[in-house]
Amino acid sequence: MRITRRNLIRTSALGTAAALLPVPVLAQAEPLMRTIPSSGEQIPAVGLGTWITFNVGDDPVLQDESTQVMSAFFAGGGRMIDSSPMYGSSQAVVGRGLEKLGRPQALFSAEKVWTSSGANGPAQIEQSRRFWGVKRFDLMQVHNLLAWEAHLDTLQAMKAAGRLRYVGITTSEGRRHDLVEEIMRRHPLDFVQFTYNPVDREAEQRLLPLAGERGIAVIVNRPFRQGALIRRLEGEPLPDWAGEAGATSGAQLILKFILSHPTVTVAIPATTQVGHVRENLAAAGGALPDKELRERIAAHIGGI
Amino acid sequence: MSEWWTYRLDDFLLYAPRTYWRLFEAQNAALWPLHLATVAAGLVLVLLIFWRPDRARRWTGLALALLWTFVGWSFLMNRYAAINWAVAYVAPAFFLQAGLLLLAALLPRGLAFARRDAIGGASLLLALAGLLLYPALPLVFSRPWTSAEVFGIAPDPTAIVTLGLLMAGRGAWLAVLLPIPLLLCLVSGLTLWAMDDAQAWLPFGAAAIGLVLTLARLLTPAPAPARTS
Ligand SMILES: NC(=O)c1ccc[n+]([C@@H]2O[C@H](COP(=O)([O-])OP(=O)(O)OC[C@H]3O[C@@H](n4cnc5c(N)ncnc54)[C@H](OP(=O)(O)O)[C@@H]3O)[C@@H](O)[C@H]2O)c1
Repeated sequence: MRITRRNLIRTSALGTAAALLPVPVLAQAEPLMRTIPSSGEQIPAVGLGTWITFNVGDDPVLQDESTQVMSAFFAGGGRMIDSSPMYGSSQAVVGRGLEKLGRPQALFSAEKVWTSSGANGPAQIEQSRRFWGVKRFDLMQVHNLLAWEAHLDTLQAMKAAGRLRYVGITTSEGRRHDLVEEIMRRHPLDFVQFTYNPVDREAEQRLLPLAGERGIAVIVNRPFRQGALIRRLEGEPLPDWAGEAGATSGAQLILKFILSHPTVTVAIPATTQVGHVRENLAAAGGALPDKELRERIAAHIGGI
Repeated sequence: MSEWWTYRLDDFLLYAPRTYWRLFEAQNAALWPLHLATVAAGLVLVLLIFWRPDRARRWTGLALALLWTFVGWSFLMNRYAAINWAVAYVAPAFFLQAGLLLLAALLPRGLAFARRDAIGGASLLLALAGLLLYPALPLVFSRPWTSAEVFGIAPDPTAIVTLGLLMAGRGAWLAVLLPIPLLLCLVSGLTLWAMDDAQAWLPFGAAAIGLVLTLARLLTPAPAPARTS
């Protein structure tokens, strides 16, 4: 699909509202929703990652901070939280936060299976489920394609038995895109997760178009290159044209670049700060950059 | 791990620096004033090795074995493992080191401390730096002093002081007792490096001094052996 402003607005559930509402109201409005192609379910386009940020162990102060981030996330209309057994204590910290927040109904739980043994997959998934304290996960992904064949069999069987809603695979930082592509072609996936941002654009070549073709929802990880892109922008004035893209900060500029790709379903920035989670959710409101503006964002951030 | 060459050091860092330093704050708050006893024990060992090398072997081995067990259990297993699953593979090295130290203390032909010489003196200075200067690092690196790392309470100064004390000794046992503290210094340096923390140079430096002193020991002829208790 060619990316034009018209296309972008059409892909947004807010498209009609966008035409009717004045911009300031829109900024406060419902977050941008995207459709999960395999089910037609709508999901807010900004989710929440937990790598590093939520791995705070038994520290009660940091655990409470994580809960506050989750609270602001749900209050701002967020749904998808992504974690993995690889992320240390993050799963338990998410579970504790959910408990404290009274188990928000809005939660869309995105987990991963990460073990080199296919036989150990079910036990690990069960352990993760206990950490989260959920009845079943919404999405289970094979983390970094580790033992992917065996785990995909397990996940498809769980889905068929109603113990899981969606199945996916993940990679990051451009690794093993050939294999990701092959699995996307040969297996019935609901989701695929990979890295995409204004400076890591390899996915535009094959993975994003293929996901569109095959009806696979796309989760974007490392939107800020683990914060490095934002640090790069620190001290740089926001370009004059940022307002045209609807962005009030560097972080929003980056997120808007990502979300304005029509095949992206959810971007999952991670944060330890309530202010940042709000800012990230707000990036899904208001205008999104058109093709020309996207290139300007990429050139601006790539050029610093 | 596939495509391992595409991974950077910081890809293996699972937690934020703030979370890491707060582990020491929690450890210190839980154990204070045990610090006074562990540092005092370290100073006594330095003095013992300096004044009575013949008596030092058993006490050094026993005290260090106890402290390696304690740090492995109280810090690595009870705190650090919660944010770093890889620690489950590191903690056993602490218990192994404790076992080796115990053997060195108890076996008749275990560790031997030399008469005073320049290498032994330099080694004891390293131990003293680990005991007295390491806890002051938060002041240098602008962290709360409550995150201080103390010998017998936190892993890095425990490894550095152990290196210093052992390097003042002699004998084949050193080949068995030195690798784990040296490796720990390297792992810790890499961890701090991944955290982009300039403190990384200290464990790296301690390991380098340890290696230089070992080489110096190997290249200098042994003096007449001290009596071992
Ligand atoms: N293979 C895989 O499956 C895979 C690989 C990588 C990542 N992931 C998933 O993707 C998620 C996101 O990737 P990531 O955590 O690597 O990095 P990221 O989301 O690109 O960046 C996170 C960093 O950005 C900062 N940040 C967030 N919002 C900000 C804002 N509005 N303003 C300024 N700074 C902001 C955060 O710092 P503050 O805390 O200060 O806000 C944090 O340090 C992960 O958490 C994980 O769930 C999956």
